[in-house]
Amino acid sequence: MLHVEALHAHYGRAHILHGVTLTVHAGQVHVLLGRNGAGKSTTMKAIMGLVPPSAGRVEFLGQDITGREPFEIARAGLGYVPEERRIFAELTVEENLETGRQKPRPGLRPWSVERVYELFPSLVAMRRRPGGRMSGGEQQMLTIGRSLMGNPQLIMLDEPSEGLAPVIVERMAAAIRVLKAEGLSVLLSEQNLFLAQAVSDRASIIERGQIRWTGSMAALMADTAARQAYLSV
Amino acid sequence: MTQILVQSLSGLASAASLFLVAAGLTVIFGVTRIVNFAHGSLYMLGAYIAYSLVTWLPRGHFPFWGGVLAAALAVGLIGVVVEVLVLRRIYKAPELFQLLATFGVVLVVQDVALAVWGAQDLLGPRAPGLRGAVDVMGERFPLYDLVLIAIGGAILLLLWLLFQRSRFGVLVRAATADREMLGALGVNQRRLFTGVFFLGSALAGLAGALQLPRESVNLHMDMAIISEAFVVVVVGGLGSLPGAALAALLIGQMQAFGIVLFPRITLVLVFLVMAVVLVLRPYGLMGRANAAAIVLPPEPPLRALSPKGRAVALAALLLAIALPPFLGDYALVVLSELAIAVLFAASLHFIMGPGGMASFGHAAYFGAGAYAAALLVKHFAAPMELGLLAAPFAAGLLGLVFGWFCVRLSGVYAAMLTLAFAQIAWSTAFQWVEVTGGDNGILGVWPSAWAVPKLAYAYLSLALCLGGALLLRRAIFAPLGYAMRAQRDSPLRAEAIGIDAFRVRWLAFAIAAGFAGLAGAVFAFGKGSVFPTAMAIPRSVDALLMVLLGGVQTVMGPLIGALAYTGLHEQLLRVTQFWRAALGAIIIGLVLFFPRGLAGMGPRA
Repeated sequence: MLHVEALHAHYGRAHILHGVTLTVHAGQVHVLLGRNGAGKSTTMKAIMGLVPPSAGRVEFLGQDITGREPFEIARAGLGYVPEERRIFAELTVEENLETGRQKPRPGLRPWSVERVYELFPSLVAMRRRPGGRMSGGEQQMLTIGRSLMGNPQLIMLDEPSEGLAPVIVERMAAAIRVLKAEGLSVLLSEQNLFLAQAVSDRASIIERGQIRWTGSMAALMADTAARQAYLSV
Repeated sequence: MTQILVQSLSGLASAASLFLVAAGLTVIFGVTRIVNFAHGSLYMLGAYIAYSLVTWLPRGHFPFWGGVLAAALAVGLIGVVVEVLVLRRIYKAPELFQLLATFGVVLVVQDVALAVWGAQDLLGPRAPGLRGAVDVMGERFPLYDLVLIAIGGAILLLLWLLFQRSRFGVLVRAATADREMLGALGVNQRRLFTGVFFLGSALAGLAGALQLPRESVNLHMDMAIISEAFVVVVVGGLGSLPGAALAALLIGQMQAFGIVLFPRITLVLVFLVMAVVLVLRPYGLMGRANAAAIVLPPEPPLRALSPKGRAVALAALLLAIALPPFLGDYALVVLSELAIAVLFAASLHFIMGPGGMASFGHAAYFGAGAYAAALLVKHFAAPMELGLLAAPFAAGLLGLVFGWFCVRLSGVYAAMLTLAFAQIAWSTAFQWVEVTGGDNGILGVWPSAWAVPKLAYAYLSLALCLGGALLLRRAIFAPLGYAMRAQRDSPLRAEAIGIDAFRVRWLAFAIAAGFAGLAGAVFAFGKGSVFPTAMAIPRSVDALLMVLLGGVQTVMGPLIGALAYTGLHEQLLRVTQFWRAALGAIIIGLVLFFPRGLAGMGPRA
């Protein structure tokens, strides 16, 4: 579904990605694990076109989307939920959802404001509240809902558990499972092994801008050496 | 009491047109982050096009209002053309380049208007059925102004509905906050920008068209309205529509009552309000900090000239010294003007390049020096030598006062505040007729007897201006220069090693002002007279153009830029009547194709 081949990216003069290669299969949840600064967020931004890739290739649904503009990539069916959430603080919950709305995609049940509320019922009560006056967990739900409004076929979630209470993290895990059941593919970046383990089918470990390990989530849980080498702090 | 009511009604009428112009400007800025200097030109085009339509169509209600509306729509389309041809290509350029490119558009539009409608003022017809005045508690008040107030209110309501209730409005507000995220959600920014430009330009065009029954249409409308609109937008907070409405009300009332209470300083008053607001609330009444944030990549260190460059510079200097005895009077005058341009450009470059500050009002200090010298000569019969000595100190002092406010801000806000202060200086020169002679200027500012021959004055200009430029260059490589660059590249680290960024910036600003003042004084004695134009916006733009032409982050930049720009200006004046349009086109071309400036094309000198 999504195939990234030898992707390189720079921030100014800093070379961040050194040839990331990664494949996300249709209908699966794929987790990208790695320490702070390993290149998880940059990988997602480079896929999304927010950081222009300096070399390599991004293929989505058989199309080459390398170097396209972010809005075209989003319209091709890639949803992106940034780590900082980037809620429009002055817009209400409903208006935030409206910013994400795109045309329905043939063969997919279209997302609507009501369906987002079904997925995250706690948002209903605050539909007229400005996004800036919500808790971190509520903002995380809103930002996921906002991306879903674009009817993506694959959604990239950048560290959705960051800074959230364990109860909310569990709710995120439940939501991700619902999305998977809907047939959505998910690329998840995480440091939280608990969430990763709870939802993921496959895992890749990134370190210093390169993928060091790829396999099934179960295999990773069995491979203590790999976890020790790449993930323990 | 009735008097007050009528005054405040007339304030509301000016607020209505101010709001229409400012609303477009602020919405365009919010979404595209471009401060559109050409917004005043769109207003002027609205008035001209409405004039042509309304005088061409038969008389009557429908043709009049239809003409006004058609003019607004036509201007909206012109705005779209400008956006697609020019601005779309420079959304990622540094903001000063964007400002300059839009100023290029101003120049082009001025000459187009001159070519199409001629130089004379045009008086349009009054609005049918709204010619008279109404009785407001015993006072007469123009009926049309009441209609204008109603239109202003209606547009405010419509805009509010558009922004709160439509998808377009939601997207515009989202883009104002974080346009990159909006792009990642699948929104085509280009379409949104073009839509916003159409809306904003049509509003400006409507405001201009609505002025038709109130005042004559002329070629100065653009500059007059744009400085007021800037004030409104900055006071309200860049990008904030409610802010623009509030500020338009405030400024409209201030103008209405200012003209009664302080008739001599109405212009100063408006800019003073802006300065006070910006000092108390640096992002305007309802603005947000993020609207002004710009991140520039760190600049590589400046290097002193290579031996080869040094030899070339020395040869040029020797040539400038050896050449004058062989030149005619006209060439000597040009040489002296070149020298003045070099110092003026070098002084602005000093704060922009190493200092990392923007000034859109550097003419204030040039003019301050020129006026200081001229006033000494005129009112105290001082000799030229004293005038030349006093000018840099007077300008430097003004730089200390204005700089104290300006150096606290950065980016667009700093550019706007420096512009506002320059307008204060200009209005003072323009309105304080007893002292400055107002528009008639000060005449008879001649050099001392020994410097009257053109050759002697050329040498004097060369000595003072090139000497000043060399001193500034020296300062860039002195501890002050290092401190300036340190605070520019990393304010936090500079602070941590004990550099007081505010004092460094302040001092640099005052020094730059002083040298600009010296250039102004040499200019005054060279011309024998001083006029308020010495402080006007176009002169500030001259300085910016010279610096940007030469490349901001190059040491030799101002020299190359000043020579290229002055030469270009002379040539254009000689070959075409439409030199403004030619200059504007060249500015736009330069910004589009050489964003690093001419000197930035080669290796850094």
